[in-house]
This record gives sequence, C-alpha cells and structure tokens, in this order.
Amino acid sequence: MIKRLVNVTMCLALLLSVSSCVHLKEYQKSRLNDSEMVLGNRKVEKNELNFESYREAASGANAGKTGGGCGCN
Amino acid sequence: MLCRVNAWAQVSNNSLAENKTPFTVSSPANVTDTSDYKLRKIHVDEVDFVSSYYNQNGDHSAVTGGIGTEAVTDVANSLTLNLVWLNKAQNKNTLAVGLGFDYHTAASQAFVSKTGASSPTGTRIYPSVDWTVENDKKGNTFGLGAYYSGEFNYQSLGANLHFSQKTTDKNGEFSAKLQGYFDKVTLIYPSEFEPASTTDFNGNGNGYGDGGSHHNYGSSPRTTLSASFSYSQMINSRLQIMLLGDVVTQHGFLSLPFHRVYFNNGKDTIERLPSSRFKLPVGARLNYFLGDNIIIRTYYRYYADNWGIRSNTAGIEVPYKITPFFSISPFYRYYNQSASKYFAPYEEHAPTEEYFTSNYEYAKFESSFYGVGFRLAPPNGVFGWQGLHELEIRYGHYTQTTDLASNVVSISLGFK
Repeated sequence: MIKRLVNVTMCLALLLSVSSCVHLKEYQKSRLNDSEMVLGNRKVEKNELNFESYREAASGANAGKTGGGCGCN
Repeated sequence: MLCRVNAWAQVSNNSLAENKTPFTVSSPANVTDTSDYKLRKIHVDEVDFVSSYYNQNGDHSAVTGGIGTEAVTDVANSLTLNLVWLNKAQNKNTLAVGLGFDYHTAASQAFVSKTGASSPTGTRIYPSVDWTVENDKKGNTFGLGAYYSGEFNYQSLGANLHFSQKTTDKNGEFSAKLQGYFDKVTLIYPSEFEPASTTDFNGNGNGYGDGGSHHNYGSSPRTTLSASFSYSQMINSRLQIMLLGDVVTQHGFLSLPFHRVYFNNGKDTIERLPSSRFKLPVGARLNYFLGDNIIIRTYYRYYADNWGIRSNTAGIEVPYKITPFFSISPFYRYYNQSASKYFAPYEEHAPTEEYFTSNYEYAKFESSFYGVGFRLAPPNGVFGWQGLHELEIRYGHYTQTTDLASNVVSISLGFK
C-alpha cells in the first residue's frame, strides 16, 4: 500500500515539475477564472457525492464530507 | 477635463491632510473622509438551492444478509444562504447557512422486521453553518463550521476548522481542513435479535421508522476525525491542477445493527466490524481550457484503508460552451475497489470468523457513472429573470458489477 501511495505521489510531483509554471498576471487568468474551470465539485453534484460515498467503500480527497449521515438503506 | 478630474481623484489622502490644494479644475465644496467607504453591512450575496431525485435497484441488500431488494428512492433538497459583509479591517466575511431535507423509501428497510412490517420510509434533516474571513492583502482565509444531521436511526454532529494561503504570486494556494464528526448510531436490531427491553409498551417487536417515541433503543458512538489538505497551482493561462489528500480515522460502532449476516451453517446474526478504521485517499484534479469553447475537467483518486480496500476513481467531464453563457457537459466516472477482508456474500462466512459483513459496499466491484449536465448563466438572468443568475441540470446513470443500478437527476439554482 505504501509503495503504491509513493508511486502515486511521485507521479503527481512529476506532473507538477514537468509543467513549467508561468507567472501569470491577472489579465492572463481569464480562462482559468471561468466558472467551468473551478478545481472543485459543481454545486449540482452535491447529492451525487453523497450517494457515491454510501454505495462505495472509498471516500474523501474530493473536497467533500468525510463523515456524518447514515445513508444505510 | 476628464483627465484632470481623474488626476484629482488619484491624489492621496495625505495631500488633503497636509492641506495642499489638489491639482484640479476646482476644489470640492466639502471634503469628507471616505476611507471607510467599503464598510458594508451584512447582506445576502447568494442563495443556492439544490434538489435531486435518486432511484436505485439491486439485489444484495445488507438488511437481508446480501440477498433481497435494494430498491431505494430518495428526494434530497438543500438551501444555502450566503451572507457577506466587510469588517473594519476591510476583510470579507462570509456566513453560509444551510438547511437540507431528504425523504426516502427503501424496500429493504421494511425487512428490519423479519415479517417485512417495518416502515420503508424515512427522513433526514441537516442544518449547517460556516463562517469564513478572507484577508485579500495577505491572500489567506480562515473559517469555522458546524453541522448536524438527524435521521431516525442516526445522529451526527460535526465541526470543522479550515485555512488557506495563496502563494506570493497568487498563482497557487494551499488549503487545510480539520473535521470532526461525533455520531450516534441508534441500536435498532433485526426483529429476531431485538432485546426485550427495546420492544414497545404493547409488547410488539421492532418498529423501525414508526416514530420511535415508544421505544427505548440504546445508541452507540461513532467518531470520525479527518485532516484534508490540498494544493492548487496555475500552470499556464489554460491549465491548472490540484493535489488533494485526506487522513481519516474512525472509532466506535462502525457496523450497522440491522445488517444481517447468514453463516455457511444456515444460522444468522448481525454484522460485526472492527471498532476502528483508518482511511487514506489521495487525488488530483487537472482542468484544461482547450481552444475557446471546450474545457476538459479530470479527476483521479487512489484510496486505501486498513480494512483491506484499495480503490481507484477516474473521472472526466468535458463542458462545451455553445455560447459564453450556456454549456453542455457530458461526463464519465470509472470506479473500482477490492473487497474488504471482512466481506463475504450470503451464507459464505464461517461462524468462527471474528468480523463479518455481507454489505456489498465492501465487496469487490467496478462501477460506471455517466451522464450529461447543462449550465445556463446569462448576464441578464436565466429566462430574463435578473434574480436567478445560474441554472444547472444534470442527469447521471450509475451501474455496478454487483448489478446495482441507479439514476439521479439534479437541479441547482443560484439566486443573487
């Protein structure tokens, strides 16, 4: 498990390092500031995330809740 | 003329304080201190309403030991009021007050009673409050939140503390969130296992969902503590990424008392799981703006826990902007997981095992979730109604290799 986590972390770190980050001015962020570009869940997905966490064993790492509520039916 | 007026407007307050005559066409009659002009009283910034209809069918209910109907319908509604104000230090404060209400019918719930006489319906109510203060100059935010969820057989009380800090160039941001959930599992057993002390005053058996006022069920605590971290970075003018990771620990009563397990000798009992669980999910998001109309949103998560479950989740969504204010977004999500070491199907557990469950949430399976969303956010309001600034509708179909299938349709309305 730890080996796999290390691999995933290394891949993510590699992704960061190979992408040359450019210092962006505010006027260059128009596309990044588009509401569809938000690095998070859409509001309309809120209840989808609930049912996924109830029907599947894995949860977390999606900026959602990590507890609370039963959903046990 | 306009340039000269503008030049006066840009003169600092110091020149006024030193009684110097500003460079202007004519001095204003009354010079007043407007340095706190931004101080605003609390006002409603946005109201969000999300409603979903969900239905599912399957044939592996945990209530009946891994066999039997999993038919569920659920209607979930939530309303969030975002209140905003500036404090004296000109920091933006946001108070998000939310209230959610769900109503469900679950066919298997009726079989908490051996005869199928328990109520198959239930409700859940979940208020929440979250306060955030944002210091724009320092590029950081700090916040506190509280949460409650109550349903017939489960109560949850949560609190969180969150913090974020932007990098000096404001192209990156680190966030951290600490959460605690302090839950109570009501000890409702299948009718054949229900202790005599929990029967109602008329001597009847399990009355799951019938109001419960005349039952004296006990409860058992479940505590969840988590720390969530994320770092987002703008790579260039079209690409941004985010790395996410949680550390989650749970203690207490982690099984559910009305889940049956049938052993390979034909006898049944209730689910038994360890009293602690450690979860470690890590993930990444990558969003790319392709051309002028297409956005590619991707997500990946790897998950591991100490119950033996390993899982991968990968998702892609491709919003296509038909106009700058109307987009259509097909999406696909793939998920797989290995089985928990405590899971076995109906009549496959041995009575000698220490822990056992036939809940297919812990089985080995793959799932697919696909569908499409529509988003409308015209500058003059949706359908010309200025108050409604955003409308989203989304439909998804979900299938598991356990034969569970579901549909969900959601609508989100944003009011200003």
